[in-house]
Amino acid sequence: MSATAETSGGRHGPCWGCFALAFALLAAVVWSFAYLAVDWRQLFSSESMRLMAKFVGEFFPPDLSSAFVLKAAWGALQTFAVAAIGTLLAVGAASLLALPAAGRFGLAPRLAARLALNVLRSVPELVWAALMVIAAGLGPFAGTLALALHTTGVLGRLYAESLENLPAAPERALRDAGSGAIAAFAYAALPLVTAQGVAYALYRLEMNIRMAAVLGFVGAGGLGQMLYFHLSIFQQAQAATLLIAMFVLVFAVDSLSAAVRGRLVPAQG
Amino acid sequence: MSAATATLPLRDPAARGRLGALVAAIVVLWPLLVLAEFRPAALFETAHLQVMGDFLRGFLPPATAPDFLVLLARATLETLAIATAGIALAFLIAAPLAVLASRALSVSRIGPGPGQRRAALVRAATRAVLTVLRAIPEVVWALVFVRALGLGPGAGVLALAVTYGGMLGKVYAEILESGDTRSARALLEAGSGRLGALFYALVPSTAQELASYTVYRWECAVRASVVMGFVGAGGLGQLMDQSMKMLNGGEASTILLTFLFLVVLADAASAVIRKVLA
Repeated sequence: MSATAETSGGRHGPCWGCFALAFALLAAVVWSFAYLAVDWRQLFSSESMRLMAKFVGEFFPPDLSSAFVLKAAWGALQTFAVAAIGTLLAVGAASLLALPAAGRFGLAPRLAARLALNVLRSVPELVWAALMVIAAGLGPFAGTLALALHTTGVLGRLYAESLENLPAAPERALRDAGSGAIAAFAYAALPLVTAQGVAYALYRLEMNIRMAAVLGFVGAGGLGQMLYFHLSIFQQAQAATLLIAMFVLVFAVDSLSAAVRGRLVPAQG
Repeated sequence: MSAATATLPLRDPAARGRLGALVAAIVVLWPLLVLAEFRPAALFETAHLQVMGDFLRGFLPPATAPDFLVLLARATLETLAIATAGIALAFLIAAPLAVLASRALSVSRIGPGPGQRRAALVRAATRAVLTVLRAIPEVVWALVFVRALGLGPGAGVLALAVTYGGMLGKVYAEILESGDTRSARALLEAGSGRLGALFYALVPSTAQELASYTVYRWECAVRASVVMGFVGAGGLGQLMDQSMKMLNGGEASTILLTFLFLVVLADAASAVIRKVLA
């Protein structure tokens, strides 16, 4: 990274590409706002301020009766289970797909695996969830499968890139010394990518926790399903408790995973 | 030499540790599997196979009726506009908060000077704000903004801006800290201001990473339009919802192909931007 920065620092003359890029991005943003033609003044009118404040105010005080807090905790556990199992399945599938996608079995398998990963990734989690609800019935299992499918696409691509960026020398050395292809991969390539791979998986776990909560909206269980239920019958106090549970869950998993990631890849500087 | 190794019993010195880890993993995993109601057999029940089979058979051929394609094109433009406007606003929220939250730009951390505790407090508070912004799902933010702007893309844009602002802010702060921070430190020690250190030391060395993460988030925002369909924000999500509810496989597969195209587009954009910044 720093090497590229140094070379760009040594370049002379204005960076026309940067200007063109900045102009294109600015034009895209201006076009977007113009196309949507939303009347933003409405947001700041006293009437809508009042309505928003009223809606937010209905969330307070949260329902902190022990029975409901217990229910929320149960929902949080289920959301965590969906996210964790989904991520774990995805790590397994992504590791398998990453090998052909990194070009280890030739060109045709590489293209096929890349296409499969792109398809898995480009279909939104909610659409996967809706499909899985058709395939496996309502419930957390559908959410787990949906997360697993989408995350396989994301992780598979990242894993394939890590494998491609590996230095070839260690594996080559083992092969030259007469070890088999699988042993050479397992002892020379795998140890170099494991830490990065686990870090990516933890990152995805953090995102999947949030996503698992949203997936409940299509009937995939957990906090999301409870939140959708209570919001749709205007029980904002209960919804507030669920949002607090979500916040606690996100915060706990983020901090834990950040701590683990910090130990995996020691930070520089 | 080979004789000596042959007489040694083949033994894995880490066997006990591995076995322990395996047992621990199973003990932790089992309740999770139960909680997630993990039943792969459900996939192969005849009733489910029947419905799914009928639906998937409808995927081919993808729908290409002209009036549907017009509808699809309009929804795609709308989705792109919502995602772009949302990310632009999210960037405006995230950039200042990330600079506030990042440890890499802290003057008081260099030496135990005055105000160290106050600076740490400000950073912690900023991080807490970022966590609140991203912990509440887009849909809930959207429901709040619908009260002000009514059903439509405006609520979707604001909801994306707030949640993605929280996510971008956190990741920007982490990226700024994870790179080589010595140049920033040198500038700060030489008396330069924080913004100077940011633009002359940190941004040049992390620009590619910052840009590629932002583009990745834009791609996620395109996908999040599915969620926005819930609040009538229009776009591909609403179209997908209608097609799925009617089990119209042909339309669903055309929409999925559009998503695939948009993701490939995002990849290409990311590659171009990184090349320009390199």
